[in-house]
Amino acid sequence: MSRKIMTVDDSATVRQMLSFTLQDAGYEVIEATDGVDALEKLKNEAIQMLITDLNMPQMDGIELIREVRKTPGNRFVPIIMLTTESTEQKKKAGKSAGASGWIVKPFKPEQLLRVVKMVLV
Amino acid sequence: MTDRYRETFRDEAGEILCELETALLELEVSPGDGEAIGRVFRALHTIKGSGAMSGFDEVANFTHEVETVYELVRCGRLPVSRDLINLTLGARDRIKTLIESSGGIDDARTREIVAAFRKYLPEEQGDALSISSNCRDITYHIRFCPPADIFLRGINPLALLKELAELGQCRITTHTEAIPALEEIDPELCHLWWDIVLTTTRGMDAIRDVFIFVEEDCELRIEAAGQGEERDRTVVGNRTPDQEPSAPDTVSSVRVRSEKLDSLVDLIGELVTVQARLAQLASARADVELDGVSEVVERLTWELRDQVLNIRMLPIGTTFSRFGRLVRDLGEELGKDVVLSTEGAETELDKTVIERLSDPLVHLIRNCIDHGIEPPAVRQVAGKPPKGRIHLAARHSGAHVMIEVRDDGSGIDLDLVRNRAMAMGLVGAEADLNDKELYGLLFHSGFSTAASVSNVSGRGVGMDVVKRAIDGLCGGIDIFSRPGEGTTFTLKLPLTLAIIDGLLVKISGDFFIFPLSAVEECIELHKTDAEKAHGRNLVTVRGEILPYIRLREQFAIAGKSPEIEQVVLTEADGQRVGFVVDEVVGEHQAVIKALGRMYRDVRGLSGATVLGDGSVALILDLPQLVQIEESLAC
Repeated sequence: MSRKIMTVDDSATVRQMLSFTLQDAGYEVIEATDGVDALEKLKNEAIQMLITDLNMPQMDGIELIREVRKTPGNRFVPIIMLTTESTEQKKKAGKSAGASGWIVKPFKPEQLLRVVKMVLV
Repeated sequence: MTDRYRETFRDEAGEILCELETALLELEVSPGDGEAIGRVFRALHTIKGSGAMSGFDEVANFTHEVETVYELVRCGRLPVSRDLINLTLGARDRIKTLIESSGGIDDARTREIVAAFRKYLPEEQGDALSISSNCRDITYHIRFCPPADIFLRGINPLALLKELAELGQCRITTHTEAIPALEEIDPELCHLWWDIVLTTTRGMDAIRDVFIFVEEDCELRIEAAGQGEERDRTVVGNRTPDQEPSAPDTVSSVRVRSEKLDSLVDLIGELVTVQARLAQLASARADVELDGVSEVVERLTWELRDQVLNIRMLPIGTTFSRFGRLVRDLGEELGKDVVLSTEGAETELDKTVIERLSDPLVHLIRNCIDHGIEPPAVRQVAGKPPKGRIHLAARHSGAHVMIEVRDDGSGIDLDLVRNRAMAMGLVGAEADLNDKELYGLLFHSGFSTAASVSNVSGRGVGMDVVKRAIDGLCGGIDIFSRPGEGTTFTLKLPLTLAIIDGLLVKISGDFFIFPLSAVEECIELHKTDAEKAHGRNLVTVRGEILPYIRLREQFAIAGKSPEIEQVVLTEADGQRVGFVVDEVVGEHQAVIKALGRMYRDVRGLSGATVLGDGSVALILDLPQLVQIEESLAC
């Protein structure tokens, strides 16, 4: 079964890098540009994992995580947040919103895959 | 206090020394086997460590010398040689002596062995031992108690455990104690926690990385244990004191004196009896409520019985591993090259059965090496590999365990057996014996086909001892042999001696029990049929004429036998014999009780059991009954 991962980031470069790496590793990827876009797409798609940036227009990552956790189908989905500044505060906020883990930007493809493997059974 | 430690250590060391021996013998067969080297090293290491802790300083110091040399072997700086194996086997025996004796023994031999080991060390010894730690396996004990809401954060502990398992050799124990009852369970919460023993070369950081996302919110403890050590009992020893007392203990085994278990089994026997009486009373009263209670008691009793009997089950492997050394030493003594292979070492058997099985197996293996396996030169001429093989296999088969001792030697020469038997006057010249009966002769006391008497066998003592021991265990023994290809002895043993499946029969008012394993069938015997045989105790079953024994006469039970009696046909000692009883009651699971001191020597009975109504049924010893009858006839 192909596993679907949604990536949410307002930066096209980051989205592309995520898509390349994940698709290379055999995952199916759905891209979204911000929280609102992501929630809209989630209505029609069942995903196995979500990777989201924190600082985004319209709806930021923390709020997205909170919203996603509210939708019945996604209560237990692993959510990884991408943090630029590895400030403890942001991490904590993300975690209390329901994030599973984090990756500090910039990161290498191997680091990303390692984290994905760690949370995706 | 120290005395208790010392005893525990003695017990434990016994097991480890067995393991050490097995590993050494395996290492001898494949000298480059890294796993075997690891096992040898671990065994030495454990003995050294626990020896020092329990006050066996001498053992610890001695073992340290041996370990030092194996340190080099493990790093590939010293090849394994036959000499080294021999020396280490000697050292192993020495450790055993040191542990068993309570001081005051001559230590010249110890010094001698130490000196021999030191010769293996290079000059710059100190240097050699400082091996960088990153090439080394280190064992970590990890306790991972995730927060209950871990799923809600989208983390699946399974993924983490998988990740851990990829780091090295990993043993995971899941603790399920905290799972609430079904009606109270919240499926969205995690009720499990884990103890993990991980042996890896990757170091602490790699392990921490796995838990990076959960580290802060869960209880996680990672401790490095002794290098390469992987016994889970060390989990207990390395527990840090700051641990909360509420966490369930992780002790994986408890040592209990075997007498305690025996008395527990005795009590269960009593309980089963009382329960049977309760059941009988309940059904007689036709009281529904009492019936209900009685049924619950019955269920619990049987469950308890099974559990307790289960406690006494031990894997047969410990016995098997002892034979590796025996085969090697005997082979060397007799100038034969023999290897032992085993299979099914994990098969479990009652402790008492295992203990009493050891001697017969030794006899059989000696026999295989002495009579079965040919000298290397002879084997080569016959087109076989020069190395002889003995295969020990154990497996479950219903309520029995089958143990096979197989060699690929010369097999049994049935003509030779026949001739010997005639020469000894066991059979007449005209006797027409089938293969099975001929094999049966091998178990005759004093029988031997060996041309010469050796240190090992040939005196004709052995097979009859084996037979008797196996009979004593309510078991059976079969021989299958093909000339030139080898011989297979198959032992069939009951799982436990405490309870047998029996056939309950009645003569006048007395009850008796046949071991069900020996019973083949039951037929009716009409008075008229018996009279037709003209007083000879013979009955025709499907064309075969079989002798029978009247138990009423044998036990001198008063009263008249009924018109139609029952013959219980059995197979004892390879021959079929019938036993005449008044009535066959049915199958009965009998909890065996030993007969009292006064009755211990009564022949023909092996024990007794108590029936549901409190009356006693005697358990018949069929081979003995046949013997008594035969000696009367003579």
